[in-house]
Amino acid sequence: MKTRDADRLALILLLTPFVMWIGLLIVLPHAGVVLLSLREKVAPRMFEYGLGNYIAFLKEPIYLNTLMRTAVMSLLVTALALLVAFPVAFYIAKVARARSRAALLLLCLVPLWVSDLVRAFGWIVLLRETGIVSSALQALGLAAGPVELLYNDATVVVGLVYTVVLFMIVPLVSTLDGMDDSLIEAGFNLGGSRLTVLRRIVVPYAMPGIVSGSIIVFMLTAGSYLTPVLLGGKTSMWFTEQIYDQFITRFNWESGAAFGVSLLVFTSLVVWIGLRLTGQQLATTVARR
Amino acid sequence: MKRHLFILAATTALSVVSVALPAGAETLRLLTWGGYASDEVIKAFEKEYSDIKVEVTLSNNEEMIAKLRATGGSGFDLAQPGFNRIKAAHVEFDIYKPLDLSKIETGRFDPIMFNRVVASTSIDGKVYAVPHLWGTSGIMVDKTKAPDLKDWLDLCDPKYKGRTSMRLARTILVGSAFAMGEDPYAAYGDLKKYQEIMSKVADRLIACKDNVKAYWRGGDDLSAMMLSGEAVASDTWDSTAYKIFAQNKNIVYVPPKSGAVGWIDSFALPRKGRADDAAYKWINFVTRPEIAALMGAKTGAVTAVKGGIDVMPADKKEAIKAAFTDADIANIKWAAVIQPGVEDIEGKTLERIKAATAK
Repeated sequence: MKTRDADRLALILLLTPFVMWIGLLIVLPHAGVVLLSLREKVAPRMFEYGLGNYIAFLKEPIYLNTLMRTAVMSLLVTALALLVAFPVAFYIAKVARARSRAALLLLCLVPLWVSDLVRAFGWIVLLRETGIVSSALQALGLAAGPVELLYNDATVVVGLVYTVVLFMIVPLVSTLDGMDDSLIEAGFNLGGSRLTVLRRIVVPYAMPGIVSGSIIVFMLTAGSYLTPVLLGGKTSMWFTEQIYDQFITRFNWESGAAFGVSLLVFTSLVVWIGLRLTGQQLATTVARR
Repeated sequence: MKRHLFILAATTALSVVSVALPAGAETLRLLTWGGYASDEVIKAFEKEYSDIKVEVTLSNNEEMIAKLRATGGSGFDLAQPGFNRIKAAHVEFDIYKPLDLSKIETGRFDPIMFNRVVASTSIDGKVYAVPHLWGTSGIMVDKTKAPDLKDWLDLCDPKYKGRTSMRLARTILVGSAFAMGEDPYAAYGDLKKYQEIMSKVADRLIACKDNVKAYWRGGDDLSAMMLSGEAVASDTWDSTAYKIFAQNKNIVYVPPKSGAVGWIDSFALPRKGRADDAAYKWINFVTRPEIAALMGAKTGAVTAVKGGIDVMPADKKEAIKAAFTDADIANIKWAAVIQPGVEDIEGKTLERIKAATAK
C-alpha cells in the first residue's frame, strides 16, 4: 500500500514540470491566441466576437501567396536538408569508428552554440557584394565585377538549410545507429546493388528518423523569422514577417493572432498530407521505439 | 509563431517577476530609444538623486506601443514615443496618463516645439506629452557618385539602377507623396482621400522597385551599405546620416526639395507607472542645457529646449548647418497626428509594395 502511494507521488512529482510546461507555455498561450483571433474591432476599445479576421485573411491574395510561398520554400528546405543530412548521418552511424562518432556529432552541434542572429550576420558578411566570397571570386579572376549573392531566395534557402540541418542529422543518426550491419551484408549477399540496398533496406529502416526529422525541420523552417528576414531580398516575404507586422507595426493583434493560428493549422495540415502521401503514420514512425 | 509566443510568455513572466520585487530605492523604468539615456546622463542623474535608480529598456515607436498595450500601461514609468503616435494609441489602447505641467519646467522648451506637441497630444483638455528631441528624415547621398539627387523620388532615377536603398516604412510613403505634389498629412483626416494617395504612391514605388538594391531595416544595415559603397543613396534618419558623415565626408544628408519629414520624440507617462515624481525629475534633468548638449552629442538629434541647435557640439552643429538652410528648416513637414485607420492603410500599402514583383 505504502509503496503504491509513493509510486503515485513520484509519478505526480515527475509529471508536474511537464504538465506545467505544456499547460502554461503551450496550451494556455495558444488558447489565448485563438480567443484573440476571434475578436473583431468595431470601434476603439470595443470588440465583438466573430470570424472577421479569418475572412479578411482569406480574401487578401497577398497573405495567401505569402503563406504558400513559405510552405513551398519550407518543403524545399526540408528536402535539401534530408539530402544533405542523410550521408552525414550514415557516415556517423555506420562508417565512423565508435570513438570518433561522438566528436563528429559534437562538430555538427557547434554552430548551434552561436545564436541565430550571429549566424545570419555571418552569412551577410560572407555573401554581400563587398563581402568575402565576392572579393575572393574577383581575386581569382572568376568574376569580372562585384557579385551580389545576398538578398535573394536561394540565399534564404541555403541559410535555412544550414540552420536546420542538425535537426535532421540527430534523429537520422539515432535510427541508423540501431540498424544491424548484417542487414546490409545480407542485402549485398543476395545480389543487391548499392542502390537497391539503399532503397530497399537502409531507407525503409531509417524511415522513423526521416519522418521525425522532416517534421521538425519543416515546422522550424516555416516558423523561422530571422534568417528569411535578414537574408531575403526585396520581394522575399516570409509568413512570420506578416505576423510580426500585424502585431508590432500595425497594432492589429487580432489579425496577427488569426495569422498565427492559420500558420499552425496550415503547417499541421501539410505534415498530415505528407504522412498520408508517403504512407507513414505517426504511431509507426515517430512514436516507434 | 512559436518563437513569438515564447517571447511573449517570457516577457510576461519577467514583468510578473519585476512587479513582485520589493521596491527598495525608487526605480525609474525608462522606455526609450538607443542613445536617449546614455550611461553618462544616467550617472549624472543618479549622482544628483541618489535615491533613484534608472533602468533603461531600448525600443522603437512600434514596440513601445506594443509593450505598453500588452501590459495595459504598466511595467514602465516614462516612455518616449514620437509625439504624433500618442493620441491614437491612447484612444485605442488606454495606455497613458495625463501630465501635470506644473511639475515640469516648461519655460525651458522651445515654444514652437512645445506648443506643437502639446496641441497634438491633448485629449479632453488634458496634456499627455511634452517634447524631448527632434530631427528629420530625408535622403543621404554619396556626393562623389550621385551628385544630382535632390528629392525623395530621385531615388528612382534609372541612372542609379540597383544602387539606391530605402526603408519600407511610413517615411518613404509620406515623402514620396510630398514629392508627387500631394499633401498626405492633410489627408489623414479623410481616410478615403488618404487611400487614394497611398495607391498612387504604391504604384510609383512598385515601378521603382527595380531601382532599389535592397530595403534597409535598421541603422546598421544602412550604414554598412552606404559605407561599403554598395548603395550610393538612400532615405535615412538625419542622425544616422550625421554618424556616417563622421566616417566618410562624401556621404551627406540632403533635405529633400519637397520637404524633409520632421519628427519629435516626446515624454509620456504610462498609465500604470509607479514613479511619476522620478519621471518628472528625469524630464527636468535632461532638459537642462548642459545635459541637452550631452544628449545631442550622443544621438545627433536636436533637443527641444530653447536654442537647441546652439547647444549641440561643434561637429554636429556643423553637419546640421551644412545640411539645412533656413528655407529647408521652414520647409520641414512636421509629422501629423496619426488617426485611427491610417496605420492600416499604410500597412497594406507597404505589403503591396513588398509583395509586388519588380517590373
